[in-house]
Amino acid sequence: MFQDLFIHTLLISYIIVMLLTFGLLLTWVERKQAAIMSDRIGANRAYLRLPFTQIKLIWWGLFHGIADGLKMLLKEDFKPRAHDPLIYTLAPWVMFVPVLLVFAVIPFGGSLSPAALFPGSETVAQWFGDKSYPLQIAALDAGLLVLFAFGGLTIIGAMLAGWSSNNKFSLLGAVRAGAQMISYELVLGLAIVGLILIYGTVNLVAIVEQQSAILWGFLPAWGIFLQPFAALLFLVAAQAESQRIPFDLPEAESELVAGFFTEYSAMKMGLFMFAQFIEIVVIAAIFTTLFLGGYNLPFMSDQGFVFPGGVEWNLPHWAVILTQISVFWTKVFLVCGFLVLVRWTLPRLRYDQLIQFAWRILLPLTLINLLVTAIVVFAMQY
Amino acid sequence: MYHTPYKRKKYWNKAEMNLWEKSYLPEVVRGLSLTSGVFLRNLWRWMRGRKGALTVYYPEERRPDYAAHNRGKHILTQRANGKPQCIACNLCATVCPAQVIEIEAAFDAEDPAHPKYPAHFAIDYARCIFCGMCVEACPEDAIRMLSEVPNLPRGSRHIWLHKEELLQWSPRRDVAKSSS
Repeated sequence: MFQDLFIHTLLISYIIVMLLTFGLLLTWVERKQAAIMSDRIGANRAYLRLPFTQIKLIWWGLFHGIADGLKMLLKEDFKPRAHDPLIYTLAPWVMFVPVLLVFAVIPFGGSLSPAALFPGSETVAQWFGDKSYPLQIAALDAGLLVLFAFGGLTIIGAMLAGWSSNNKFSLLGAVRAGAQMISYELVLGLAIVGLILIYGTVNLVAIVEQQSAILWGFLPAWGIFLQPFAALLFLVAAQAESQRIPFDLPEAESELVAGFFTEYSAMKMGLFMFAQFIEIVVIAAIFTTLFLGGYNLPFMSDQGFVFPGGVEWNLPHWAVILTQISVFWTKVFLVCGFLVLVRWTLPRLRYDQLIQFAWRILLPLTLINLLVTAIVVFAMQY
Repeated sequence: MYHTPYKRKKYWNKAEMNLWEKSYLPEVVRGLSLTSGVFLRNLWRWMRGRKGALTVYYPEERRPDYAAHNRGKHILTQRANGKPQCIACNLCATVCPAQVIEIEAAFDAEDPAHPKYPAHFAIDYARCIFCGMCVEACPEDAIRMLSEVPNLPRGSRHIWLHKEELLQWSPRRDVAKSSS
């Protein structure tokens, strides 16, 4: 019992630290990538000076995220006079917590068995026996459904923030956010249904394990090869879900100041921004899990590599765990980079175009995709 | 009952797109490949230790190709005897939109032709906007701007350049008045 608690506490703290670090890192990636894309240098003035020396660590502006966080912590926490105190304080957390919760069901590695990790140690073997733990916070069978249930909660945060600020811009932003997120959540969900039909499960670990199979002798059975169309639709809808630039109408600066968090300042505003960045990481993680084979490299399983020619390469347990975790985070990082690329390339849609795009183009496309997938899956069974 | 429908204004430069461009998706792919191409090109340059940006990183780097008329750093012109040409009339300080010029006038009994001179002349480079209005306002051609950009200490908020440095960093004389 106690050893379970130990392992789970370890996993939870690891994931929270990883997500916060990734969110912080993503602010830097966003700045630098945008700068390099447009022939600029990017933010590089913040530095850490080693105490008692004149050595300044600049590290390509990596400390700008920390400087931003400090600035937000130290700023005055201004509140409008007629705000609703309870809801106003609650809203950033309602936005922030579900984003972290979504990650609970995402597997970021295979199964960890501590006894195999330390083969020489008697105490570890005694303590853990031959138990193995999936590298995932909550090993739920309904993983995908839980993911969407928590993902939908962020709308409430946006709506509460807009309503409690007592500001027309905030309210308009909140209404826009609500309409947009509901529309695109539908597309997001329906794009996934085709994948559920193929895999026949909503358990994310099972989905990842099925993706380590091989198609036609050479191609890894990743979701993006089985459902390329759904992957595209998912990415578009996910970008809209995180309210970033081609679809950033809820917080359109030129029209609505900052949308639903216009009246927020200091760390509360920081929480909204941070939630948005972590949401990108989470979206990238979901995309990785569903479409890019999760934590596995091509031809890789929990024992090691099995190449198409029949060549096997078995790895020790610690090497497998380490490879899986680093492969997972690398994939997440690359998908994040792609989302940032999209954000700095495409121009914004108008609001009516945005809603029409969801209901008239994306939704029929997802339905067609679902129909074709269903027919194919049905035909394969008979 | 109803208003006449809103007539959309016609613009002379309205973009005309063919069907391929209107379908949006190929153009999205083209845009993404363009930006990612520029990104990878610049990243590759940075990784080889070369510069992948057009930005000139000012206090550390200088452009080699400033125009001859670039308004860079101020100088005070000198008379033949090495004293400043300035007569401390305060026109430049008055016209300065950023209000960064400070002049303290003094009396010089030994030079009856030019009895008024600046005992103290300073420009705050932290606030100077390099508009060149002081140069235009000067009736004596006593202040000029050269194309070189100032070399300022980093991190300081009070960067005053005083009379001595303005006179001496690149000594110039007014050719027309050099005889007097």
